[in-house]
Amino acid sequence: MRILSFSVSLLITVFLLFSLNREWHIGDKTLPPIGSFMSPQQGFWQNAEPVDANFNENLKFPGLSGKANVYFDERMVPHVFASNENDAYFIQGYLHAKFRLWQMEFEVYAAAGRISELIGPKAINYDRDRRRLGMVYAAEIAEKEMEKNETTKAQCDSYTAGVNSYIASLKESELPVEYKLLNYKPEKWTNLKTALFLKYMSFELAGYEQDFEHTNAKTAFGLLDFAKIYPLAQDSLDPIVPKGTVYPKPALTVTAPASEDSLYLGMKDSVHFVSDKPHPENGSNNWAVSGKKTKSGKPILCNDPHLGLNLPSLWYEMQLSAPGLNAYGVSFPAAPGIIIGFNDSCAFGVTNSERDVRDYYKMKFRDESMKEYWFNGEWKQTEFRYEHIGVKGQAEIIDTVAYTVFGPVMYDKKYNAGRTDGGYYAVRWKAHDPSNELMAFNGLDHAKNYEDYLEAIKWMHTPGQNFVFASKNSGDIAIWAQGEFPAKWKWQGDFVMPGIDSSYMWQGNIPQNENPHQINPERGFVSSANQLPADPAAYPYYLGGSYPPYRGLIINRYLSHMNDITPEDMMKLQTENYNVFAEMAVPLFLKYMNLDSLSEQGKKYFDILKSWDFRNDVQEKGATVFALAWQYFANQCWHEDLSKSKLPMANPVASALLEAVINDSSLKFLHDIGTPEKETLQDLLSGSFKKASDTLQKIEDQGRLEWGKYKDTKVTHLAKLDAFSRLHLPIGGGTHCINAATSDHGPSWRMVVSLTDSTQAYGVYPGGQSGNPGSIYYDSFVDSWAIGKYYLLWMMKGTESGDSRIKFKMEFGN
Amino acid sequence: MIKFVSALLLTSLLSFAAGLYLPWWSIAIAAILVSVIIPMAPWKSFLSGFLGLFLLWGILAFWIDAKNNSILSQKMAQIFQLGNSSMLLILITALIGALVAGFAALTGSYIKLLKRS
Repeated sequence: MRILSFSVSLLITVFLLFSLNREWHIGDKTLPPIGSFMSPQQGFWQNAEPVDANFNENLKFPGLSGKANVYFDERMVPHVFASNENDAYFIQGYLHAKFRLWQMEFEVYAAAGRISELIGPKAINYDRDRRRLGMVYAAEIAEKEMEKNETTKAQCDSYTAGVNSYIASLKESELPVEYKLLNYKPEKWTNLKTALFLKYMSFELAGYEQDFEHTNAKTAFGLLDFAKIYPLAQDSLDPIVPKGTVYPKPALTVTAPASEDSLYLGMKDSVHFVSDKPHPENGSNNWAVSGKKTKSGKPILCNDPHLGLNLPSLWYEMQLSAPGLNAYGVSFPAAPGIIIGFNDSCAFGVTNSERDVRDYYKMKFRDESMKEYWFNGEWKQTEFRYEHIGVKGQAEIIDTVAYTVFGPVMYDKKYNAGRTDGGYYAVRWKAHDPSNELMAFNGLDHAKNYEDYLEAIKWMHTPGQNFVFASKNSGDIAIWAQGEFPAKWKWQGDFVMPGIDSSYMWQGNIPQNENPHQINPERGFVSSANQLPADPAAYPYYLGGSYPPYRGLIINRYLSHMNDITPEDMMKLQTENYNVFAEMAVPLFLKYMNLDSLSEQGKKYFDILKSWDFRNDVQEKGATVFALAWQYFANQCWHEDLSKSKLPMANPVASALLEAVINDSSLKFLHDIGTPEKETLQDLLSGSFKKASDTLQKIEDQGRLEWGKYKDTKVTHLAKLDAFSRLHLPIGGGTHCINAATSDHGPSWRMVVSLTDSTQAYGVYPGGQSGNPGSIYYDSFVDSWAIGKYYLLWMMKGTESGDSRIKFKMEFGN
Repeated sequence: MIKFVSALLLTSLLSFAAGLYLPWWSIAIAAILVSVIIPMAPWKSFLSGFLGLFLLWGILAFWIDAKNNSILSQKMAQIFQLGNSSMLLILITALIGALVAGFAALTGSYIKLLKRS
């Protein structure tokens, strides 16, 4: 009897221990081992940081060469004072890891195609996409470049040592809560991981193309009509370097291959799937106004990069100070240096160039073994790269990727991510080329004048960025549309190109000094908002066409009328919700709407639209009515054309339709490409407005007609956990507004820097300094960001260590 | 009664100390040890282990949660669909520790009885 009781009780104990010590899979959800996860001494409770936590510490690391102090202000922004630069980067690595370890590693896993290791087979296609794009291949090349250069080698080595010092000191109970939830542990940091992170940014910013979709559209409509549906530029265009600028004769001329018409433009080829791409609205605003337009007489520089809105934030704010260096701004957890910010002499910021630097070539292989491909009249050996993809809960997968003269074969018979096609497509991507972008930021952090800035940005090859600059001492302002861009002939790379010989290869790069730029222009400001960098009619190199025109237009309109500008004016401009696209489009609705055809309900919404002032403010109902009205109108216009074929095609951009209709209200361009002749603009507008009204009524019944509620902006946790995200934020703006906050995307860091004798800078980002969801510093800036409030950025001096703003001090030594 | 309270407190203390260095399941070892050292009727051993860990994990979680203003527990309760209730999460935490320690203590008490027979 006792033996039985003993056995039963032992069995229950063992069963409890066993079940609480293992992961459970319920449906597509995975529960972490509950025992350790719930233990208040080991599990998630340990991540519940006391709201009055003390961050004072005294730390010793043999990797440091001297003493250093880090002062945290009331927003937990660290001000690092080190005795030399390498120590500063060591400490930066330590702090990034201390406050953002899970995020920086997770982003690197994402870049390297290693997500299956964490969440199992459902991420295999995602991982294979990264591997086949050559993300790891590209990072390995970048790492070599970084390590060839003394400055960046020392910088990265110190940074990596700093990250690893933190990881080494980390107890299991102190692991960020996401490690506990997903049940894995951090690896050691390496310089390759920093390179991988930078390639992650290259994918986000220089990975966008629609080559497959456009190949299909060109086949369906022919090149002439294709150019009408997907125009290269809009009439309203106000390029970064204004129209009327004269460009010198190009140093490099490129020629289209002789077979262009037969084998490329006139080719009736099609692709049955689309490539994986980054968010189409990755973009930004930046501008600098010269002293003659400001109240202080000194320049003001502004920047707000638009990226996916995530928690923990992509950015970590800090000041790095060492002899010869004093820079403040936002850094990337995973990389050394300040990326967007200012130093004692100047300020700098970026917007994305939007240039197409990712093209596809259709390859001909001898057989399915893919060992040889046809190139320049002979069979050429393929090189293979073996990608080992670890998969949680099952054996690793080895993906064999063929490399050609163009680059990796991204899609082939063995892999098309479940999409159907038999073709072989090699990708030529600029991010595969050797370059060392960290030197650009290193140079900017140290820049004293325009010449330093220019030297620095030359290191920026990919992703191409529009670098804005303002100098305190000389008062110079400047902008360069910088990057190493392939010089292309018209239409090159807009469609899938033949890969059987060298005639369709990129022929060279646009010489750096021919990149569009502007220094101290007469108009007193420089600006960019991802629009075309130059007037394509005047600029001697082909620029392609995937540039949003309207934010640039409205920024320039405001700036040209502003004088006596103060930093507060600039904050107001950065958070401006005026919708210039609506200003152009709404008159069409008012003019061509057939009012008699509208129901009572339709008339109600028409009246809201009529009285709307084109502002996408939170409480505006007109903004929602317009968004829906436009959406239905555009669908109605393109629907028949784009459903002509079953092949994937891209939705034309809004500016293309709007400006075509403005120019040609008879809709000849639509009829030409197949819309039934009898449909007039009036029919289309009225018909689509009726449909929009039905949807609007439903939205109103749900109480979501106000723009802020309809748009419903959120800042999402990187692992897509709602509980760790901030939902339903009251913020206006939207796609065509300067305040480009859409539902999950928008201004990821707003910065205004007035270069008066003592710099006055302001900034805010939608996140917080801590990556820990259990910390009060996790999302402490989000509400300020949503309502357009800024914080004063304090460039602390070494002598201010007694300042009342300092809350904590970490002392570092060796 | 004194025996029962000592066993309970000892289980708590030993589990807490072990938890500083050892994995979470050290609470089972602590509970077994205590029930072997302090022999009681099996149901009493079970209860002392159960209550010992219920109190230890419950109080620890409650204390951490209070200092954290429930920031994290609210989020975790949402993830585990506990209706945003921090209290429920603390209760579940306490129960998990209690069950493991309770059954471990019960097993321990039978070891003693087996030896005696």
